[in-house]
Amino acid sequence: MQRQVALIKQSLFDQKIIIRTQMEKYMQGYLDEQFVELEELQDDANPNFVEEVATLYFKDSARLISNIEQALERGSFDFNRLDNYMHQFKGSSTSIGASKVKTECTMFREYCRVGNAEGCLRTFKQLKKEHATLRKKLEQYFQASK
Amino acid sequence: MAGEVPNLEASKLTALVVDDNFVNQSVHHKLLDRLGIKNDVVSNGQEAVDVHCSGRNYDLILMDMDMPIMNGIQATRRLREMGIESKIAGVTTRAEEEEVKEFMEAGLNDFQEKPLTISKLVSILHNLELYVQT
Repeated sequence: MQRQVALIKQSLFDQKIIIRTQMEKYMQGYLDEQFVELEELQDDANPNFVEEVATLYFKDSARLISNIEQALERGSFDFNRLDNYMHQFKGSSTSIGASKVKTECTMFREYCRVGNAEGCLRTFKQLKKEHATLRKKLEQYFQASK
Repeated sequence: MAGEVPNLEASKLTALVVDDNFVNQSVHHKLLDRLGIKNDVVSNGQEAVDVHCSGRNYDLILMDMDMPIMNGIQATRRLREMGIESKIAGVTTRAEEEEVKEFMEAGLNDFQEKPLTISKLVSILHNLELYVQT
């Protein structure tokens, strides 16, 4: 049992080095190890798995961004609601390995925790910027990978 | 790309993914698929309870904590009250001691912090003694 687990880990490590090199060439810190994990799940049965997950992520995150924008436009900051939205956003971003977006989510939630509206607005602006850049980079990455 | 990941298809293990996030659903489903574990996906704790009420049973349940309608803690408690003895592993981004404690006390057998990976999933199977030799 332990030997099997050790074999899995070694094999995953070797694969990761190859995938990570390719990824870093394009993503420059926008994605972390989790993205490499997703790439490793790709196989002949699901050759576009990562792109499909990325599509799901951007669909989900677009919805959350829209919800947060609407909540912020109302003027009266419902920090609980905003924190809820951002918790979901952070969850998705973590699962896909979107490290810079995840960092902004964390910061936004901190501002929610202390009730800092200006901090929320500032961080949200940065988050949208990082999110847009990530989207562009992933499009290029998937294009180059074909 | 598949590497030396063990295939547990012969063991006939089954699993249920309980998570409201579509990205997580997709990833967790695929992780289990990769290990040859047949699995279903539901979007919240209430659906997890409902699927068991309909007579389905699973060896492993991957339970998210924060979900609408019925969260992971409530769902875990409810499933245990129903006499469901499946192994339940909590999988969540929340990792503060108090939150994990409450989740564990609801009836979890194991807990892993998201994001879930093959290594973490194998670890869950190992901890829960679901890793059947094939």
